[in-house]
Amino acid sequence: MTNDIIILPLVVHLFFSIVLMFFWNKVDFQKIFSVVANFIALVVAICVFVFVYNNGTQVVQSGNWEAPFGIVFVGDMLAATLVLLTAIAGFAVSIFSTISVIRARLRFGYFSVFHFLLLGLNGAFLTGDIFNLYVWFEIIIISSFVLISIGGEKNQLEGAVKYFALNFFASMIFLTALGVLYGLVGTLNMADISLKIAEVQNRNLVEISAVLFLVGFGIKSAIFPLYFWLPASYHTPPSAVSAIFAGLLTKVGVYALIRVFTLIYGGDGFLNTLLLTLAIMTIFSGGVGAIIQNNIKKVFMYFIICHIGFMIGGLALFTEVAMAGVIFYLIHDIIIKTNLFLISGLIYRIKATNNMKKLGGLYANYPKLSLLMAIPLFSLIGIPPLSGYWPKISLILASLNAEQYWFFGALIFGSLITLIVIAKLWSEVFWKDQPKLSLPKKFIYFDQLRLGQKFTFIFPVAFLTFVTLYIGFGAEHIQQLSQRIASELINNELYIDAVLKR
Amino acid sequence: MEILLAIITGVLYASGIYMIMRRSMVKLILGIILLGNGVNLLIFVLGRITKGKPPIIDSAEKVLEGVYADPIPQALILTAIVISFGLQAFAIILMKRTFKVLKTDDLDQLNTTDEDS
Repeated sequence: MTNDIIILPLVVHLFFSIVLMFFWNKVDFQKIFSVVANFIALVVAICVFVFVYNNGTQVVQSGNWEAPFGIVFVGDMLAATLVLLTAIAGFAVSIFSTISVIRARLRFGYFSVFHFLLLGLNGAFLTGDIFNLYVWFEIIIISSFVLISIGGEKNQLEGAVKYFALNFFASMIFLTALGVLYGLVGTLNMADISLKIAEVQNRNLVEISAVLFLVGFGIKSAIFPLYFWLPASYHTPPSAVSAIFAGLLTKVGVYALIRVFTLIYGGDGFLNTLLLTLAIMTIFSGGVGAIIQNNIKKVFMYFIICHIGFMIGGLALFTEVAMAGVIFYLIHDIIIKTNLFLISGLIYRIKATNNMKKLGGLYANYPKLSLLMAIPLFSLIGIPPLSGYWPKISLILASLNAEQYWFFGALIFGSLITLIVIAKLWSEVFWKDQPKLSLPKKFIYFDQLRLGQKFTFIFPVAFLTFVTLYIGFGAEHIQQLSQRIASELINNELYIDAVLKR
Repeated sequence: MEILLAIITGVLYASGIYMIMRRSMVKLILGIILLGNGVNLLIFVLGRITKGKPPIIDSAEKVLEGVYADPIPQALILTAIVISFGLQAFAIILMKRTFKVLKTDDLDQLNTTDEDS
């Protein structure tokens, strides 16, 4: 059975996280082992991606139970792409973790939990069963609770309480929606639900279950009225943890929204209007929030919220051009947001602060490093031909075609505000002279590190920057891929046929 | 029976959400427990309650005939219960630790992360 390859990413992470548990106190071994494990996972993810790219959607039925009855794993193009992106981000962050996360934290099973988090993410992308999706979500949030609170600093615990309460609440809403949906259609397989939901007489209940899903996934992906936990918690753990959260955890919410609102509730007028309104509000509130922040980590957090709006809005337009834009933006966003938080960690190591007012003079002292950091920042704004530029064309084109001028305005506003804030950040952090401050003495600065350690700091940032550059300059390939995924999502018969073997 | 269970589900949801919105950490934990039970009961009720009809196929037949109790909601609830146990255990430890470090159980006092740093 060659199509079993799509569950290999799960097996790899599960195996390595269990093996890492046996080496609980051997931190140095764990570091090397985790990086090797993530490299293997990256190779496996590339194999899965190539296999799915060449052979189309792959379905694995667990326990050989036929499709509507057992749990299925579906490797369609979207899932395979996201698994690949997870592996890229995971590889970079695991290298960064080896040097930036302090030993006291690593001794509490950091790497083991990190692999469990990646396992949960891969599982959520690959599953074709909605209750199984809930279970993977739980694996993700439990691992993320551990990662956010590991170390137990005052700030971290405070952030963890907020993060825990809201994410738990989101899971309960998701489970409620699932219960209502099961009561309506009597099946849990997403392809089967998609077929049976059209026959349900009570449309009001269908709409209610859809809105419940929207609230549940909305809290996880931080859309407009539900995002307040994010700026209160994401900056509290170490930068490496923030990076994996920023890059992947909110995006898994977006993925779930895309999956549910294309496959199950595709093209519903009321829901699309609701989603579009929320998207516009998300872009505005995230953008305005970013202006007033002084901590660079907080600025980036508000950018996460702002740019989630781009994707949700594209999903609401529900045309092939818009969906292609959404997928392209998702690909760009996962890499860039991970990289931004790694950069904030690097800046912290150089200057011992992340406050813009206290930072400065980075360009004068580290010109080459500044150039490296400039590329992701410019990609975030979307300066052509870097990666943020291409999906925005698709999204703007789609919003004009659909005559949604408010969303069009929000897109322009979001991009402009990103430009303004990044310009401010650049002049404050890189061009301004270093203000005279009493800096902590016991801190190990970047300059005091050995060459190998410096390389370990810079390599992940450079690696992700290289990927960003590829997305920008190889936009033709990514655009082709996004269009293929978009057409698969809009014409969901392909997915249903593959799962149910019709 | 369904009406009674439906009312209990509603009460559990309402009290759970109310408790989560209170300012004390202990009440937050209680709210989490109540809400988790409410959701489990909801899934149970929505899976249609059938009495005395186990889903066991007769040796003479090949498929189930007539009305039978759906086993899936029970399997779902079992999974959900286990998960929520894990989360509740984690919540209690987290809150205890937070109380020790911050010396307060008032959730409104947890606002240092919003300050500019």
